[in-house]
This record gives sequence, structure tokens and C-alpha cells, in this order.
Amino acid sequence: MVRFENVGMRYGTGPEVLRDITLRLDAGSFHFLTGPSGAGKTSLLRLISLAERPSRGLVSLFGEDLTRVTRAALAPLRRKIGIVFQDFRLIPHLSAFDNVALPLRVAGVAEAKLRDNVREILEWVGLADKLEARPPTLSGGQQQRVAIARAVVMRPKLLVADEPTGNVDDAMAQRLMRLFEELNKLGTTLIVATHNAVLARQSGRTVLHLENGELATAAAARAAS
Amino acid sequence: MNPPGLAIPFGRDGGSRFLPALTMLMVFLAGLALAAVMGLEHTLADWNRGLTGTLTVELPAATGAGDKSLAAALAVLHATPGIKSATPIDRAATMKLIEPWLGTSLSPADLELPRLIDVRLDPTARPDLAALRAKLTQAAPGSVLDDHQLWLDSLARFARSAELTALAVLALIGGVAVLSVAFATRTGLAVHRDIIELLHLMGARDGYIARQFERQALRLALIGGVAGLALAATALLALEHATGAAALFGPGVTLLPALHLRGWNWAMLVALPPIAGLVAMATARLTVLATLRRLP
Repeated sequence: MVRFENVGMRYGTGPEVLRDITLRLDAGSFHFLTGPSGAGKTSLLRLISLAERPSRGLVSLFGEDLTRVTRAALAPLRRKIGIVFQDFRLIPHLSAFDNVALPLRVAGVAEAKLRDNVREILEWVGLADKLEARPPTLSGGQQQRVAIARAVVMRPKLLVADEPTGNVDDAMAQRLMRLFEELNKLGTTLIVATHNAVLARQSGRTVLHLENGELATAAAARAAS
Repeated sequence: MNPPGLAIPFGRDGGSRFLPALTMLMVFLAGLALAAVMGLEHTLADWNRGLTGTLTVELPAATGAGDKSLAAALAVLHATPGIKSATPIDRAATMKLIEPWLGTSLSPADLELPRLIDVRLDPTARPDLAALRAKLTQAAPGSVLDDHQLWLDSLARFARSAELTALAVLALIGGVAVLSVAFATRTGLAVHRDIIELLHLMGARDGYIARQFERQALRLALIGGVAGLALAATALLALEHATGAAALFGPGVTLLPALHLRGWNWAMLVALPPIAGLVAMATARLTVLATLRRLP
């Protein structure tokens, strides 16, 4: 599903924020990505979600070598990826329904077809009664659930979540994690970045740890050599 | 529920406020410039039509009862092939011609007026004007043959220069309009950067995002364009009325040619708002596509 080999990344002409990243996310897997602030978690997730291109190394997504994929061909690949942002990134002037419907409209799904789909997803996240509510009128937890609904409405093969529990209380965090577990059971590959190492460890899932732009395994190997 | 395709809240950026006003001004100025070009075309054609195929022979003022120069000149003219008619203009008619400039207080006796002969040419014939001029000088010394070419050429040069200036103004307006739309679009892209990145990450193709800006640019340009056209039409109608009705020296005698636009001229003016809309659309599209190409 996702394969990185010796990947490095820098923004513009700045220093490398990711170095020698080698990882593999198999289809249907669930990984946590931990690390202190500034370790490069968001940068790694941006690479996985095709928001950035690597400066070096090989990135393969859904079996496609990204060095060989044209810019135009990235759009269909992006539709297979759902993204949950820490700051939700909901569009404030659109209703919850329209926010969730947006990926479907972008993909050109007919209005008649998308209505039931959007209602069903919002029902799944427990917001069936908030279809017309605009994001500013929703609580943080509700906004994050709308954001999750938007991320999964296209039935993505890969879900990338950046600190999804960072802005919600513990009870809501547990509820969101249960939603991710359900999605994973349905076959979605997940990678969730969190600063909460305890939450990650308790889940029993594979944990990737980033330190100073390097995965802990690579850093450990370098220290040993 | 919002209608589809309105993910970007354009109403909240400055470009949405100033673009209609700017387009209104552009279409207003373009309307005036275009009307000037078309009006000058008509005037030039009218002058050409009025003076082509005519000559004027001017004889010095009569020197006495025995002056036979008018009869001699008429005889030469009538004998020249290609001349349809040669009609002397009597003193009363000559006085009428100069009346707007000198008024009515002078009597013909106070002035030594040259005698004029209005000559009409056969449209199919091309008389040898140099030979005719020589014969006239011989038959009526002091006579002048005026084929109006000098006058026509000067007027044509003036009209062409004015036309080119108006066309340059039109081109300048078009250029400024393109720059303004590009600037407004860039501002919109910067203001809505987060939403655009979100759409991009959802898998929106560049064309999808560009279409949102295109529609917005078209809508705003049409609003401004229609208002600009209304202003231009009002100004042109007022000008048409002013140049047609306000005779400077008397009825039908004006210093400036009357601005008289025809049906197809108005149709061209009405086409300005849609043209402005299409220019805005194309500019917005190209600006957005050029900017989005920088995204991965």
C-alpha cells in the first residue's frame, strides 16, 4: 500500500526535515506515528497524503512509483486517501452536509447519488441531526467527527490522521479511536499521528516513532554503527 | 444546502468588491472609445461620399460687365468628356455658404466674391485633371480647379489618427482589464489558500478549482460590464443629441461631425459586457492554472 525507501524531504532550500525514512504500510494495517513536536510527523503525513514530493528516495503508493507518476495522475491517487487534520479544516460557510459532500462533488458524483451516502456517513459518526449545522456552531468533538466523515465518505483505501485527538477531550478521543478501529476493520489502512505515546501503546498497534526527522529504527541503527 | 461548486467563499475577499467597479469603468471607457472609432468611420465615409465625384472651379471676382471668363470656363467644362454637369453657383447661393461665418449684415455688393462652378463627374469616367486645369487657365485666367483631394486627404489623415488613438485606448483598456482580473484572482488564491489546498488534497483537478474562479470572474465582470454599458449608452446618447442638435453656426452647420451610431454599432457596444466576461474568465483560468502548477 505505502512503501518508502531512504526518503528525504526538505521544504524549498531548507534543511532536510525527514531523513532516510524507510517504511512499509501493508493494506489493512493500522499504524500510529509518534514523536515529539518538530520531529517531522506532519511532514511524513504530508508526504504520504501526496501534499508534498520527496527530495530524494523512493515513494510508492498503491503500487505506483511516484517518481514516475505525472502531476495530473496524482489527482485520482489522492481520491483514494482520506485525511483528518488536527485543526479539522472544515469550510466554515458550508453546512456539515456540504463539507462531507465536498470530496464526492470534487470527484464528480451526481447530486442524487451523493445525498444518501453523505447522510449515512454523518449518521455513522453520530451527527444525523446536524446535517445543516455550520462548523462554527458545532463543538470541537462534533467538528472532528464531521472531518472524519469527510475523510471517509469516498471510502478511501488509506486514511491519514494528524493528531486527530489533539483538540478534543479524553472521552471524545476514545470515541474517535473507536471510529478508526471500525474503519480499519472495514479494510481501510490507517496511519494516525499522535503525541500521546500512551494512547498509541495501549492500542496494541504498530508504532512508528520519529525523532529529529528520522524513524527510531533508523536512528538506532545509526547510533549503533 | 449550498448548490454544488461553491466551496470557495468568494464574497469574503476584496477582489469580489472591486472587480465589478473596475469592469464597469473599463466597459464604460471601452464603449466610448469604440463609439469614437465607429463614429469616425461613418464621418469619413460621409465626407468621401459627399466629395468624391465633384469638382469646384473658382474664378476671380467679375471685373466688369464684359468679363467672359465664366462662359469660357463653362464651355471648357462642357466640352470635357467625363463631366456630367457644370453649374454656376449664383451670388445668393455663395452668400448663403459664407453666411454662417460672416452673418447676414453684409450685402453682396460689399464683397468681392469669387464665382464658383459646381462640377459633377460621371462616376465611370476619369477625366485628366491636369489637362483640364491647363485648359481652364488658358480660357479663364486666374481660375482654380479644386478636386477637394487636399481637404479630403487632411481630413482622412486626421480621422485615421483619431481612430488609431481610440483603438490604442481600447487595447490599453483591455490590457488593464486583464491585469486587474489577474491581480484579483491572485488575491483570491492567496486569501483562499487553505481551501484550495484542501480541494487539491481531496483530488480536485486544477480545472475544477479554476472553474470556480472562472465562474466568479464571469459573474462579477458581467455585473460590472452591464453597469458600464448602461453608463456608456447614456453618455453616447447625450453626446449624439448634443452633436446633432447643438448647431454651432446655425441649423445643420456644426464644427464637429454629428455622432450618429447605427444599429450594428449599438450591437457591438452591447457585446462589450459579454466580451469583458469572457476576457475575465480566460484570465482567471490562466492565472489559477499557472498558480496551481506550483502545487505538487
